[in-house]
Order: sequence, then structure tokens, then C-alpha cells
Amino acid sequence: MNESHNNTPEADSAQDFAVTIRNMHKWYGQFHVLKNINLNVVRGEKIVICGPSGSGKSTMIRCINRLEEHQQGDIIVDGTELSNDLRNIEVVRREVGMVFQHFNLFPHLTVLENCTLAPIWVRKAPRAEAEETAMQYLERVKIPDQAHKFPGQLSGGQQQRVAIARSLCMRPRIMLFDEPTSALDPEMIKEVLEVMVELAQEGRTMLCVTHEMGFAKTVADRVIFMDEGEIIEENSPEQFFASPKHERTKLFLSQILEH
Amino acid sequence: MTGMVTSRKGISLSRTWNDKETRSVIIQIVAICLILGFFAYIIRNAYINLEAIGKGFSYNFLWQPSSYDINQHFIEYTSRSSHFRAMMVGILNTLLVAVCGIALATLLGFILGVLRLSRNWLTNKLAYVYIEYVRNVPVLLHILLVYGVIVHSLPVPKQAISLNEGAFLTNRGFFMPAPVFETLFWIVPMLILAGIGFMMWFRKHARRVQDETGHHYPVFWIGLGVMAGIPIVAYFILGAPITWDIPELKGFNFKGGMVIRPEFIALWLALSCYTAAFIGEIVRAGIVAVDYGQTEAASALGLKRNRVLNLVVIPQALRIIVPPLTSQYLNLTKNSSLAIAIGYMDILATIGGISLNQTGREMECMIIVLLLYLALSLMISAVMNWYNNRIKLVER
Repeated sequence: MNESHNNTPEADSAQDFAVTIRNMHKWYGQFHVLKNINLNVVRGEKIVICGPSGSGKSTMIRCINRLEEHQQGDIIVDGTELSNDLRNIEVVRREVGMVFQHFNLFPHLTVLENCTLAPIWVRKAPRAEAEETAMQYLERVKIPDQAHKFPGQLSGGQQQRVAIARSLCMRPRIMLFDEPTSALDPEMIKEVLEVMVELAQEGRTMLCVTHEMGFAKTVADRVIFMDEGEIIEENSPEQFFASPKHERTKLFLSQILEH
Repeated sequence: MTGMVTSRKGISLSRTWNDKETRSVIIQIVAICLILGFFAYIIRNAYINLEAIGKGFSYNFLWQPSSYDINQHFIEYTSRSSHFRAMMVGILNTLLVAVCGIALATLLGFILGVLRLSRNWLTNKLAYVYIEYVRNVPVLLHILLVYGVIVHSLPVPKQAISLNEGAFLTNRGFFMPAPVFETLFWIVPMLILAGIGFMMWFRKHARRVQDETGHHYPVFWIGLGVMAGIPIVAYFILGAPITWDIPELKGFNFKGGMVIRPEFIALWLALSCYTAAFIGEIVRAGIVAVDYGQTEAASALGLKRNRVLNLVVIPQALRIIVPPLTSQYLNLTKNSSLAIAIGYMDILATIGGISLNQTGREMECMIIVLLLYLALSLMISAVMNWYNNRIKLVER
């Protein structure tokens, strides 16, 4: 699980972590959304983040590719520190893929064009090559036959799988999932989770905000529980589910596991 | 429960009226009869009234001399030309102000729309105040205001404000040198045409290169260089083969050169600024209506801000913008008939104004004016509908 077996003096530096968050705070106006967040994510680690709604879990992972700005503390992603330097933000976003709750596919482009847009305009890939890569990933998410359709013609589950393929086409080293199955009908959740489990087995760093506890048990190296803008508890999934330490964690688990 | 089912057979009035399809057919027949009846009535009415005053219905007057002057004409025209020719001059003047107006209103409107979305407090509020002021004052007032400013605050030709050599601002218009082309000049427009041709090829070529190798050419800058740079260089190498006919003060006015008349400037600026306020709001609404998730998804993929706009947001915003934009173009074109208030000789001022008054052919003239504006508007709609269909979203 832990890959940081490097014993050089810098072993503890941010270079060895895919993501380092130190003493990070964020406010929306007066509202203190994130309070003193500290998190080190080892390369290749799969982290599941859960917590009641409004606990700041989505906001936290959206800070990692700076869709949200933090006001205090440091965030270092893949060796690049996030600040107001626009170039750094671009570098980070190229290496960090994101999958959204509401898919956010581009409705005016075909599935294939959705997947090739960023490789062509950001990575400057030749179209043929970008399309070849896109088809590979569409096959991975099991919808190559939909390549020439528009997003509006697909089901929710299919759209989310396209969104995953679109992110993968940039070959990101880190993948962020922001409640990827929350907007899906129950029978479609499974097809998306299957794709995510396969991805997890490939060794890419993943941070996933989800309430799918089955998924957490299968793939997570670590489960993080957040409430009211703080990280309350983090542990291996076995420990986390079997013996939660904190009262709020117990309450949360009892609520979501009951139903 | 089966006892409740009553079988309704045979023809009954209530049954016919309550049948969905029959009822719809009956309503349509009645409606058509009413409409035809109404038109038959007013046409007959007009015919009887024209007969009563001994006026008949004829378009022969179109070929008689108009005997009035028009100061802005793009085709040859004197007071001895026919009413038909006066009408053609009017059509061209309306077209000119409509085309120039649409172009400027679109440009200003898009700028206003983007400024309105700016996070900069000052630009945002400036655009807001402009839009709220301009669109809440009648367009006729804007026209009169701009015209008044030009006519009353600019000096008479004798005291003209000289901008540059041979360019003068006066209350009779903006006078400037007219180019007189020498023999070698034809090379320059040929180079511009060749440049445009080259760029049409080069754009496709650049696209192909990008598809094949991923290399991006700076197409815009190369295009600017080829289409504008080369002709400018050639112009000077050829020894600047244009002489200028400079306007000169003769008596109370300038002679020679070119002039843009105050009526045109007033109408053009007022219509454009007025319509731009509406277009600004349409553009803002269009951009805001594109889900912010689109911007987030595109940014998360590493696209730069201008690419996010060009590749993702604007193509989707255009679909929302184009239909109401079409209405604004139609409004501008029709509002141009307010030209008559300041004496700009458009369709309404020529055939629907002076010609009508001189010949007394109200019915005939008004039918022509009506059909001309209708034709113009339908043409604009057709073009915009074609464009709208091209960018339409494919749904399920």
C-alpha cells in the first residue's frame, strides 16, 4: 500500500507524494468551508472520501485542480504548487483528470470529439493519433460503438463512462472523481463502478468522493471521513468500517449502511 | 361497471362536435372563412372608396419624373429621374444603413455582453448603465439627439474642423479625400484577392497539418500578414499609385472628395447603439445560460481560458443567441424607417414619402413600401435561419 520506501533526506518532501495538502483553509465569504486540511497522497494510492452532504468533501478535491481556490496553506500536486500562477494551474490540470457528478460532456460535440478535444488543443496531438487513443479508451469503458453519437443520445451511465474516457485520453497521473454515481439511476451505477474498479487496478492515483461503500471496500487503500469542513477520521477500509473511532463516523456509517 | 358504457352510434350534433378531429377541422374552416371574409370586405371597401373619389388603381406614375432631389444616391439620379428610380435610391439607402447598422450593432453588442459579464466592477457597471440608459429611451429620441449634436455643435463648412489634410468635420457632413486610382493600382486589389484565395487554401492546409502532426499554425497572424501586409508593401513599392481628390471650400460648401452625410451618421450611430444594448443583453443571457459545468469540465482538461470560450462556451451560447439576435436585426432594419424624421432618404422617405405626396397614390405607394420591408425582413430571417440550422444541437 505504501510506496514511499525512499530513504533519502527528501523522502518526506512533497516530491514523493502525488498530492500534498498542508494546513489548508478555505472560506466562502464568512463561511469556513475547509478547516486545516492536511493530507498526503502517495503515488498510486486510492483514496475514498465520504461524509455527510455539506461536509466540504467535493470542495476539497476541487481545490486539487483549482476549480476552487484555497485561501490559506499549501497544495502541491505532482511537484507543482498551486498558487495564482496561471502556468502552474495549467500544468496541474493537464496531469489531473476529473469526473463530475453531472458528467459535463460537451453537448455540441460527438463522443469521439469530446474525447479528442483536449489531446488536440492541449497536448497538440495529431488528430488520427488522438482518435486512435480515444477509441482505445472508449473500448475500455465498453462503448466504442457510440463514438459518433452526441452525448444527448446516450443514457446517464453511458455518458459518465464517456466522461471517464474523456479524462483518460489526457493520460492523467491523478484522477479525481466527484460523486460520479450520485446522478445515476441504480441500474447504471454498477456499469460505472465496474469501470472505476478496473481503473483502480491499473495503479493510477485516485481520489474519489463517493457514498458507494462497496466500492470503498474493494479498491480503497484509505478511507477519509469528513464533517463540517474537517477531516475527522482516516483509516484503511477494514478498520474504518469495522471499528470507526469517532462518534460522528459511527453515526454516519449507521445512517448509510442501514438502508 | 360494464353497465356504465353507453354506445353512441348514429350521427348526433353533440357527437360530431366532441370528436377531436372533426372539431379541429370545423374550427379551421370557420377561421379561414372569417379571415377571407375580412379581407374581401376591406378590399371591396377600398375599391368603392377609390371609385367614389375617382382615383382608380394604377402604377403608371412610377415612370413619371419624380421632380425632387435626393442628396445621397449610389446610382445616377436627378430630379428628372422617374419615381421608380427614386425608389431604387431609397432601397439602396435603406440597405446601406441596415447593413452598416447590423454590423456595428453586432460588434458593440458582443463587446457589451462580454463587459457585462466582466468581474471588474467598473467595466461591469459602465456596461450596465449604458444598457439601461440606451434601451429605455425611445430610438427616435436617440436619432434626433445624435442628429442635433452633429448639426448644432459642428461648425458650418466655412469654419470646418480640419482633422487631417483634406478631412473636415462640418454640420453638413464629414468630408474626406476621395481616392483616384492610377493605372498600376489594380495590382493591389489583385493581391488582396490572391491573399484571400491563399488564406482559404491555407486554413484548410493548417487544419490538415494539425490533424496529421498536431502542429498549430498561428493562422490569424499569417492571414493578416498575407491579406493586408503584402498588399500594403506592394502599394508602397508601386510608388503609392493613388492620388487624392481633396475636398475644397467653394462658396458655402465643400466641393470634391467624399462626404458622409450627417443624416446617415446620425441614423447609423443611433440605430447601432440602441440595438447594441439589446444585443448585449442577449449575448450575456446566452453565455450565462451555458451551464458553468461546461467551463469547469473544459478547464479541468487543461484548456486555456480563451480556448474554453472558443471551443466550448461560445458554440453553445450561439444556439441561444441566434434566434433573438435575428429579431434584433429585423427591428433595426424596420426602425431604419425612422430616417424620415431627419430627412435621410430611405424607402419610406422616397416612395412612401415624397413620391406619395406628389402623386397622391397612397394605396399604391404603401403597398410597395410594405412589400419592400417584408421582402427585406424575410431575406434577413432566411439567412439567420440557415445559420441557426447549421449550429443546431443534436438531441436524442
